[in-house]
Amino acid sequence: MNMELRTLETKAEAVLAEAYETVRDALPGGASVAKLRAEAFDAFRATGLPHRRVEEWKYSDLRARLKDVPAFAAKRSDADAEAVVASAGEAYEAVERHRLVIVDGHYHPELSDVAALAGEGVTVRPFAEALAAEGGTLLDLPVVARDDAAVGLNAIFCADGLDMMIADGAKLTKPVEIVHVSGAEAASTAERILIRAGAKSEAVILQTFVGGVEGTFSNTLTDIRAGKGSGLTVARLQAEAAGTTHIATATLTLAEEAHAKLICAGVGSGFARHQSFVAFEGENARADLLGITMVRDRQHVDQTLVVDHAVPHCESREIFKTVVDDGAKGVFQGKIIVRPHAQKTDGQMMTQSLLLSENADMSLKPELEIFADDVQCAHGATSGQIDEDLLFYLRARGIPEKEARTLLVLAFLSEAVEEIKDEIVIEAFENRIRSWLSAEE
Amino acid sequence: MLEIKNLHARIADDGTEILRGVNLTVKPGEVHAIMGPNGSGKSTLSYILAGKTDYEVTDGDILYNGESLLELSPDERAAAGMFLAFQYPIEIPGVATMTFLKTALNAQRKARGEDELTTPEFMRRVKEKAAELQITMDMLKRPLNVGFSGGEKKRSEILQMALLEPSLCVLDETDSGLDIDALKVVSDGVNALRSPERSFLVITHYQRLLDHIVPDVVHVLSRGRIVKTGDKDLALELEKNGYADYVGAAA
Ligand SMILES: Nc1ncnc2c1ncn2[C@@H]1O[C@H](COP(=O)(O)OP(=O)(O)OP(=O)(O)O)[C@@H](O)[C@H]1O
Ligand SMILES: [Mg+2]
Repeated sequence: MNMELRTLETKAEAVLAEAYETVRDALPGGASVAKLRAEAFDAFRATGLPHRRVEEWKYSDLRARLKDVPAFAAKRSDADAEAVVASAGEAYEAVERHRLVIVDGHYHPELSDVAALAGEGVTVRPFAEALAAEGGTLLDLPVVARDDAAVGLNAIFCADGLDMMIADGAKLTKPVEIVHVSGAEAASTAERILIRAGAKSEAVILQTFVGGVEGTFSNTLTDIRAGKGSGLTVARLQAEAAGTTHIATATLTLAEEAHAKLICAGVGSGFARHQSFVAFEGENARADLLGITMVRDRQHVDQTLVVDHAVPHCESREIFKTVVDDGAKGVFQGKIIVRPHAQKTDGQMMTQSLLLSENADMSLKPELEIFADDVQCAHGATSGQIDEDLLFYLRARGIPEKEARTLLVLAFLSEAVEEIKDEIVIEAFENRIRSWLSAEE
Repeated sequence: MLEIKNLHARIADDGTEILRGVNLTVKPGEVHAIMGPNGSGKSTLSYILAGKTDYEVTDGDILYNGESLLELSPDERAAAGMFLAFQYPIEIPGVATMTFLKTALNAQRKARGEDELTTPEFMRRVKEKAAELQITMDMLKRPLNVGFSGGEKKRSEILQMALLEPSLCVLDETDSGLDIDALKVVSDGVNALRSPERSFLVITHYQRLLDHIVPDVVHVLSRGRIVKTGDKDLALELEKNGYADYVGAAA
């Protein structure tokens, strides 16, 4: 390695490098996994944390954001973890669901509804166990995700998390919630979640990210594999504390005739990046990606997605809405790739942002990379403010300004919310949206 | 009820003067019609009454039950009993009509210190008034005014008025876009609301609306001033002779 690079290394990069040297021999996985980690680490040494001169990260300079990185969290006792979860508050309190608990990146089977899930045809095991059983291939990700810096960082450090396998044909009677809670001491996490939906299975999975404090650095990766003909909804709600930095990657691989919906609501963290990488591997599959982002104060939230149509006859729909207030910054980057033989691809991407203040900032980068000729692809991106005429109309009917603005923000988001279709998720998200709006000064 | 005194107003953006000394007094229970050529300032007057900030009042005052309206926000005016049926009702995608109606009604009740309506009571009222105005529940399931025809939008305005029970109703060309039968339905709706405590300011270009909603007083607004005031026969005369006799007077 070029020694000159070290002089440019930031403190956070140095801490991460040192952390790897310290834990490498204790990280789970056999030789094949260790080799992959070492390769990822070499790449990290060569390029460091992603920054504004890396095209995919140009609006979200992680290197500049991370002044320092706290140590990776140790696993808590179950009792301690339970207390952390209890203090975090619940997004789905009233909903009957199976729950899987992750605290500071560590999976707690004893606090999770493992037996009940087994009864529904879902096998859940700790990630390290899966890694030991399956080796390096377990870390395989879609091509479009492989070179990403945050994905690489997760590959280096992922030690805990869970592997969830939904049996062929299983139709879950209740949603599964995976709660990711960060504790009150700043720590780093790099959990990995695997969701493998068997052929013709149907499930709704709720992922919530809450808690954390100033300095918390989470770099989670959720690897979703939708089996042949499966119907899967994964709804992610990120509402971590304001001082946290959170990189949340989701990869979604779709087999033939799978229909998956990946929903991402982001209201949390001082700096958050939600990345979604979607890969079609079988024909006649459909993916719906929905994003709802709301930011204020000095928050920075980035929604980045890459949809890879590698096979013919697939459909993708993306609707991403961002509300930006105060001096906050929103980012949307969306890329649809259609490979040369992926004929009859139908891909539609739409992103809209609503700026609630003069200082609100939004960067939009929609891209189409189309190499097939018989496809239907389109994207649209707009950015605007609250329409004063609509506001006047509502106020002329007696609705006070603040309430009228709330109605119009909800109206702006409604298109994305309605597409969720699942009532449980809609209600939880609407509650979040309303509490966000009512917290407004 | 309503006293407009020497009202001067201009467009806030560019300072163009639109109203140049409007004087008008409406007593409780009266119906006043305002007619006048295109661009004379009728809609502007209605917007200023409702509190739109695109316009700046440079002189004069608007008194409502003896108190100046000028310092009140649009929602405060609405809660005080002011209602404007817009010449061009707007569509608000994403806002469900029922949610809108309920929010508006309860916001006004709250502002007046009254209890909010229960959902069943609210539904009962909406159903009743909608039926009178021949508005189907299907229309009410849509987002506010979205995809409504021109005439349906106008009926939707009157439905809102009937639910909100204002004391001063300003109707800006509510008749335009209505077919003959709808005109009758809407007029009946308006007439059903007439009472000794409720006043109406009806802006229109056509006598046919005034056949149904018979005015006590008719005004002609031209170039930002009221240039002629008379009884209902004035409208009939205008229908016959046009504005030529009065427009000159304003110059
Ligand atoms: N916001 C605005 N910006 C620019 N010009 C305006 C604005 N509002 C009104 N005007 C102008 O002021 C004048 C009066 O308009 P207004 O809409 O009040 O007329 P009106 O009497 O209602 O006409 P009509 O019979 O056609 O409805 C017109 O010349 C119009 O173009
Ligand atoms: Mg007009």
